[in-house]
Amino acid sequence: MIDNTLIFPVIVHLFTAIVQLFFWRKTVAQRIVSITGSLIAMLLATRLFTAVWNDGIRTMQAAGWDAPFGITFVADVFSSTMVLLTSFSGLAVSIYSATGVARGRMLYGYFPIFHFLLMGLNGAFLSGDIFNLYVWFEVIIIASFVLMTLGGRKAQIEGAVKYMAMNILASTFFLTGIGILYGITGTLNMADLSLKIAALENRKLVDLTASFFIIGFGIKSAVFPLYFWLPSSYHTPPSAVAAVFGGLLTKVGIYALFRVFTLIFIPDDFLATLLVILAIFTILTGTFGAVIKNNIRRVFSYLIVCHIGFMLGGLGMYSEIALTGALLYLFHDIMVKTNIFLIAGLIRKLRGTMNMDKLGGLYAEYPLLSLVMALVLFSLVGVPPLSGFWPKIYLFEAGFMDGQYALVAAIIVGSFATLYVIAKLWAKVFWKDQPDAPDGETPADEFKPLNPFRKSLLVVPIVFLAAITLYIGLAAENVAAVAKHIAHEMKDISPYIEAVLGPNVSP
Amino acid sequence: MELLLVILLGVLYAAGIFMLLRRSMVKLLIGLILLGNGANLMIFLAGGITRGKPPVIDDAAKLFTDIYADPIPQALILTAIVISFGLQAFAIVLLKRVYVLINSDDLDDLNTPEEEDI
Repeated sequence: MIDNTLIFPVIVHLFTAIVQLFFWRKTVAQRIVSITGSLIAMLLATRLFTAVWNDGIRTMQAAGWDAPFGITFVADVFSSTMVLLTSFSGLAVSIYSATGVARGRMLYGYFPIFHFLLMGLNGAFLSGDIFNLYVWFEVIIIASFVLMTLGGRKAQIEGAVKYMAMNILASTFFLTGIGILYGITGTLNMADLSLKIAALENRKLVDLTASFFIIGFGIKSAVFPLYFWLPSSYHTPPSAVAAVFGGLLTKVGIYALFRVFTLIFIPDDFLATLLVILAIFTILTGTFGAVIKNNIRRVFSYLIVCHIGFMLGGLGMYSEIALTGALLYLFHDIMVKTNIFLIAGLIRKLRGTMNMDKLGGLYAEYPLLSLVMALVLFSLVGVPPLSGFWPKIYLFEAGFMDGQYALVAAIIVGSFATLYVIAKLWAKVFWKDQPDAPDGETPADEFKPLNPFRKSLLVVPIVFLAAITLYIGLAAENVAAVAKHIAHEMKDISPYIEAVLGPNVSP
Repeated sequence: MELLLVILLGVLYAAGIFMLLRRSMVKLLIGLILLGNGANLMIFLAGGITRGKPPVIDDAAKLFTDIYADPIPQALILTAIVISFGLQAFAIVLLKRVYVLINSDDLDDLNTPEEEDI
């Protein structure tokens, strides 16, 4: 169905950013505009999701050029779910940023860039054209470069060098892949590519092209052995920025992998094995990194890498159950990973440090707040019945049915290590007594002096995201229904192709 | 012409990767630029090279009857050039800033010990 309103989640962020440029250096107005814009975006995303969920896939042909010649935007259930989750994260982070980000950063355009980033994310999720996807990726990385370096502290700049170099390299590989793909098929529309690639005789050439996409998206989503830029850069920017990065930027790489490897390149034995092996190593390296680190945000950075492996493994097994599990994990992961970085930022506000050895006694001082944080942290681990538990059931089931015992073992090791790390964090940060500061100085508490309104701006987003996480855990059957529907659409791509190219094209 | 471009492409990619693997930041930058140019040429080459056949249709004709140069790779390259120009400009400024901060061109000097984060 043609529906030009599907582009609204992209446009609303563009307008929000432009309006904020008129309020340059007026930070209060920028904060209000940002929260309003994110709220509107959330309403539009909800509307898009319900429309797509009830009436099926919607498409938009830019400037009326019919597919496969023009640029197509497609909102299927997968895209619209991602847009919806992005809008939740975006709203939470824009509320949190109102107090969580230093005024000096806002003066140099923190909020406009943040909304350009969200615009790029929504565009990438909705695009149905592979080159257009590349352009949205560039919008995302340019915005993320600025967010990463804004503030200009030494550690930040150093992290940004690694981040910048690896992301430009990833884009180059992605672009090379697109070049070869255009050379062998003569089209850029993803639905059309799907038909033409399936009809191609030379499978070696297809595998070669696919490996370019694996490298490009693999760098972006921090897959072994291309993950090392992530733990060395994600702990440097402000926590609000790290929350968007951790929650959404690596996931857009995973989204692209899912999209490209279910629609264009259907994994054959070679690709499936490759993806499963990469997944196993990603889980293990992320695990080992997380166990030895002592800074909260570095621990969380390695946990991102570890959990990327769960989703990649689901894609590698490529059965409907495995895809359901991986997608369910993806939804849970976006909410929780955004939230844990916000929590890390709040801990930093409460105690002035993120080093676990110097922290302690938070539970005694802030019991309610600690319980909300505990809920999120244990959702991440997957303590039943919280949200991280259900996807793993699907993944285990798929693993045993496929005979992928090594992957199942890796997921179990990854889950136990996450449990260990989170339990250690809980014991050290919340239960242990506050250690004495070395030279008698009291820990800096930036939270207490704030007025109640500002305090609530920091706490409300965490509670909001925790509530969504709780919903994913306790009403898992609803979320699993969405994931199952998407997994089914991934295995049977004809509705997508028909929606884009018209009913007369048969795969 | 194709063979020449293929060789050039190989040289650009090889030189780009080689430069990326060096320790100097300036060489990292040059590597990224070479790789970016390589990727642009790659699209140009993969899209097919046709000499002297612009994709312009006769007044009278309704369809192309002859082989014509595909305009899409050129549009893609134009977009990619603009994007890589922006990224490279950012990269140059960033690396200049790093040089001012740590007073070294060596990527191994980028490891400030863990400091407190914001």
